[in-house]
Amino acid sequence: MLPRLLEFERAMRSAGIPVSVSESIDALKALEHIPLESKDSVRSALATTMVKSQSHRPTFDLLFDLYLGAGRGSVTSITDEVEDPEAAGQDLMDELVDTLATGDDAALAALARRAVSALGRVRSSPTGDWFSQYQVLQGMELNIALGRALRRTGVEGDAPLEDRLRREEFEARLERFREMVLMETRRRVAETRGAEAVARYAVRPRPEDLDFLSATSNEIKELRRAIRPLARKLASRVAMKRRRSNRGGLDMRRTVRRSLSTGGVPFDTAFRHRAPHRPELFVLCDISGSVSRFARFALMLVHALSAQFTKVRSFAFIDTLDEVTRLFEHEDFVTAVDRMNSEANVTWLDGHSDYGTSIEKFLKNHGKDLGPRSTVLILGDARNNYRATKDHALQEIARRARHVYWLNPEPVADWDTGDSAASEYAVHVDKMVEIRNLRGLEDFIAYEL
Amino acid sequence: MKPSHRFSGAEEVTRRLAETGYLAGIGIATVVHIADRLQKPLLVEGPAGVGKTELAKAIASTLGIELIRLQCYEGVDETKTLYEWNYKKQLLRIQAQGDESWDAIEEDIFSEPFLLERPVLKALRSTEPVVLLIDEVDKLDIEAEALLLEVLSDWQVSIPEMGTVVAKQPPFVVLTSNNDRELSEALKRRCLYLYMDYPDAEREKAIVLKRVPEITETLAEQVVRLVRSIRELDLKKSPSISETLDWSRTLLALNIDTLDDDTVRQTLPVLLKFQTDLERAAGHLRLNAKDN
Ligand SMILES: Nc1ncnc2c1ncn2[C@@H]1O[C@H](COP(=O)(O)OP(=O)(O)O)[C@@H](O)[C@H]1O
Ligand SMILES: [Mg+2]
Repeated sequence: MLPRLLEFERAMRSAGIPVSVSESIDALKALEHIPLESKDSVRSALATTMVKSQSHRPTFDLLFDLYLGAGRGSVTSITDEVEDPEAAGQDLMDELVDTLATGDDAALAALARRAVSALGRVRSSPTGDWFSQYQVLQGMELNIALGRALRRTGVEGDAPLEDRLRREEFEARLERFREMVLMETRRRVAETRGAEAVARYAVRPRPEDLDFLSATSNEIKELRRAIRPLARKLASRVAMKRRRSNRGGLDMRRTVRRSLSTGGVPFDTAFRHRAPHRPELFVLCDISGSVSRFARFALMLVHALSAQFTKVRSFAFIDTLDEVTRLFEHEDFVTAVDRMNSEANVTWLDGHSDYGTSIEKFLKNHGKDLGPRSTVLILGDARNNYRATKDHALQEIARRARHVYWLNPEPVADWDTGDSAASEYAVHVDKMVEIRNLRGLEDFIAYEL
Repeated sequence: MKPSHRFSGAEEVTRRLAETGYLAGIGIATVVHIADRLQKPLLVEGPAGVGKTELAKAIASTLGIELIRLQCYEGVDETKTLYEWNYKKQLLRIQAQGDESWDAIEEDIFSEPFLLERPVLKALRSTEPVVLLIDEVDKLDIEAEALLLEVLSDWQVSIPEMGTVVAKQPPFVVLTSNNDRELSEALKRRCLYLYMDYPDAEREKAIVLKRVPEITETLAEQVVRLVRSIRELDLKKSPSISETLDWSRTLLALNIDTLDDDTVRQTLPVLLKFQTDLERAAGHLRLNAKDN
């Protein structure tokens, strides 16, 4: 077991899960106290000693199955070609329909294993086998499984509420079945081609490490799920920072010590330090095309933090600019950002970003509100469609505000290429920073604001 | 029996926790068993109301030992976690000085009778085994967290005026976190980690039956299925086990023995506290749609 465990640990480290030496020693110690023949116990023991953040758990589980999953090696590699794939698919489908109704996870997993055995092999070559999730799901005609299962259990006289719940539960179980099939195909490929080969393509970044600009729409869904907990964490991180620098109050220990020289009269009191103020924040975001995703997440995070600022005012722009602060006044920040796209008047001409016009309009209409307590945050890629940059407007904004920061979701290497006017704007602001993912965004907000 | 071999295995943990009324799945039980054997602090992280605090209480209860609890909140520092000097008493003592030297007084007022022991120090100095619950550790400042870390690493505390206090035996430490803040890597490395999520349907139903014994099995099942459906939504505050239990009790009190659109609509506010969440859930369950 030990060599495989070390291999597994190496894989975790290269997938970005930090496992320290002391943690890997803890893992070995933990294994002494649990039944090693139980895969679930081993999984729990390794997870509790080596994985200290739930966001790493999916990667841990994937690697665990690849490296330490049951029956690795020849055990399950029984020759499993079936005579008649179509009939086999039908049988499996029938069983699946029964299993969906019971909600038995173990049965579902067993079925997934058999389905991959029977239907999943794509081709065999001297270098190993490939298995395909798609081929399994096709072979079982999974798309009609839900309807069949629902009809099968549709007891006469059931409350409609009951029906709705059941549909949802069946859908969730089907989704789980799909994942189990996917995992099993990977495990089977790993058997012959090695776990490392599979890990290389199957390990996925955590939502907070996903690149805003290249994320797929499924990944965007993951990001959305991550945003609320992240916002909450960020809020308490910033609040804590503020409190720390604000803490005043009497230091009793030092006061008593000083009172020794005055016969116990706390004459000379000692205080802790206190300090600064809450800024007011102006957020300008480009909500066109692909940068809009970035702007949306940034806006959500900023608004989750609104209690930490005297005031947060938000402005959206494409080729012209509109204040959207009102949307955030009565709504939850996620809902507000969703509504922003339909309700803000941000296109005047052609719907291509015009930073110059938008920044100029901000200065003209709201410049009088800027002062030494204002921080301005501009979110966008500075791709100006070769229009006039009107950077003098930005220069004036920077003169009036205390700080101006520009968050750019593009890699620095792409700045100033094509229609990017990054440098022209960058010279006028405190800082233009590259922000590629949620983690970068979070760190910026926590450190700089 | 070694002090840290208090359970024969995960099955025994499950059984004994269940005797106290706490139903743990095999995953939770395995981790508790390992924490006991390795004598390492256990960090339990997860949403509010999934049974983190209750787990520590149940462990203390089944072991028949004292639970010492440090409830963390904003601004807690070492004077609340470790110890504080009793300043009033010190000032009185200083004022009552006769012709003693200042040095003698200073030594005196920083000694045991003037010491106010706080939960962590109390747990370290206890001669009996104890469970130390450090509840909602994510509410602590970074500094207070760092201080705790020192204690958890060495099982000792140094009090400048008195010297070092070393634990007679490491307490069974449970830390909980609602994940409001990322805890330091150093603290996490020290601890075993357990992410506690909402239980699966079967266990949640068992919890309802255990905690609200008058409820019928059918209703308990309906309640749990509905709550699980609502948890899938993107809500400000997802209903936790506590809310499942509250809802079950409400339904019982109202003599409702089966759930339909009307009964759910009337009682949903027990489950969800925010208006936007209520609307979202009603929409999702299509409570406002005509039955068909
Ligand atoms: N596993 C469990 N078995 C029995 N009751 C539980 C369990 N988990 C939670 N509960 C119930 O849920 C309530 C909330 O749990 P609590 O420990 O306070 O949550 P947390 O500390 O995670 O916020 C408890 O009072 C208890 O009644
Ligand atoms: Mg609690």
